[in-house]
Amino acid sequence: MAFDSISDFFAMGGYGFYVWLSYGLTFFALAVLIINTLSKKNKIMKVVEHRLSREQRIKKAQNREGTL
Amino acid sequence: MFNVFWQVVSKELKGAFRRQSDILNPVWFFIIVVTLFPLGIGTDPILLARIAPGIIWVAALLAALLSFERLFKDDFIDGSLEQLMLMPHPLAWLVSAKVFAHWLLTGLPILFVSPLLATFLAMDVNTYFALFLTLLIGTPILSLLGAIGVALTVGLRKGGILLSLIMLPLSIPILIFSTMAIDAAAYGQSYLGLLALLGAMLVTSITLAPFAIAASLRVSVS
Amino acid sequence: MWKWLHPYAKPEKSYQLAGKFLPWFIVLTVVTFVVGLVWGLLFAPADYQQGDSFRIIYIHVPAAMMAMAAYSTMAIAAFVALVWQIRLAEMNVAAIAPIGAVFTFIALVTGAAWGKPMWGAWWVWDARLTSELILLFVYLGIIALHNAFSDKVLAGRAASILTLVGVINLPIIHYSVVWWNTLHQGATIMKFDKPSMPPEMLWPLVIMIVGFGAFLGVLTLMRFRNEILARESHRPWVTAMVTEKLAGEK
Repeated sequence: MAFDSISDFFAMGGYGFYVWLSYGLTFFALAVLIINTLSKKNKIMKVVEHRLSREQRIKKAQNREGTL
Repeated sequence: MFNVFWQVVSKELKGAFRRQSDILNPVWFFIIVVTLFPLGIGTDPILLARIAPGIIWVAALLAALLSFERLFKDDFIDGSLEQLMLMPHPLAWLVSAKVFAHWLLTGLPILFVSPLLATFLAMDVNTYFALFLTLLIGTPILSLLGAIGVALTVGLRKGGILLSLIMLPLSIPILIFSTMAIDAAAYGQSYLGLLALLGAMLVTSITLAPFAIAASLRVSVS
Repeated sequence: MWKWLHPYAKPEKSYQLAGKFLPWFIVLTVVTFVVGLVWGLLFAPADYQQGDSFRIIYIHVPAAMMAMAAYSTMAIAAFVALVWQIRLAEMNVAAIAPIGAVFTFIALVTGAAWGKPMWGAWWVWDARLTSELILLFVYLGIIALHNAFSDKVLAGRAASILTLVGVINLPIIHYSVVWWNTLHQGATIMKFDKPSMPPEMLWPLVIMIVGFGAFLGVLTLMRFRNEILARESHRPWVTAMVTEKLAGEK
């Protein structure tokens, strides 16, 4: 262990602000990247689902026309 | 082979002389930008001479950027670009002719007005000579690099700003080497090595850029 | 000899293969991040010159290295895409560019936060930081170009060409910036003259480099799968997959 106490750890020998700023920004940026990637996938899936349900509705409507 | 080259060049030149503002406007822009600097930072000749290489080169870059729009745009709109691609000659070769013509129309005028700007910015003769040489070698590289950017963006509606975004970072080495050469000249040192580097970049871009331009045009026109 | 590779030229197969690799990369990332960060932040001794501020190295150096590695990967993919006309390689270019941009951004921000206590300023025109900044510009240019095309196929091809132009240019940019810097460098900049790192500082760094590499792999696989899905969304296999998923939800 390089630090004696938790407050020592957060102080980082007086450089706490810079160290935690860079770690914070790094994980923020990486989180944004992950969220962006996941939401993109969701969006694509939604579009496909939407198209599928629309196709099914059209099919149903056509079937009904046939019965009339 | 060479016949086609000169035919393309002379066609470009004829077209440009019919619309002279296309040639004159970038040069005007270049002169005005350089004029703004003494107005903005004062007329101290030592300070001006110190920052002159940077100012002139950045202004030349921006002026070149302005002129690129018309390199392929009109041809793209009226369909003559497609005709060019259908010709029985390698597209890279035809494209180099177009870029050469473009340099004659935009690079050369900048070389011609550079003595005027050197006097504006209190450069001495020796330094000016270095500036002239770097412009002579550097502006063709700018034309070739810019042509790649234009070829990639010509089919897009808002290509102008995108062109500067993709082209300016790539032209940084030219800016650095040229201003370093001029600085060396200002301090009375030899700058042949830096000129040789610029020359190597020119040769590399002459050999490689036409293929990149041709490939990019095939993407844009399809 | 290369026959075993052929099935993977099919987007569907590649999608499944990427899905198979994904969990392994995720595990590797999580393990290396936890081990590397705990070791680097808690157990590595403080630097005798820089104190605890050197702990920024455990994200700064890996991010910078992987930003470069991402560009090399992109360049190889772009080369493959243009020479052999493989569409999957184009998708790879599109998938990696944003990751590389974010990694470069991280390297820049952490470099600035490290520079403030060490150099006394948030930004100095240090050669490595400057070429990192230009690398970010190049990445952003590629992303902007890719987004400007509405046709995904054309976008991939244009981005590939620009990537290759950039890969010829980047070494030149790097060396020009280094020379420019040695000429213009002021005396204020403190030189980092580390003879060699002691192993208890070096090991966490190596682990974090592996971790960032694995993370690059995770994100690349995920975005690569996204690109495949987006382009193939009308194919039957995607439709089948979605119907299966919908059935599973009910």
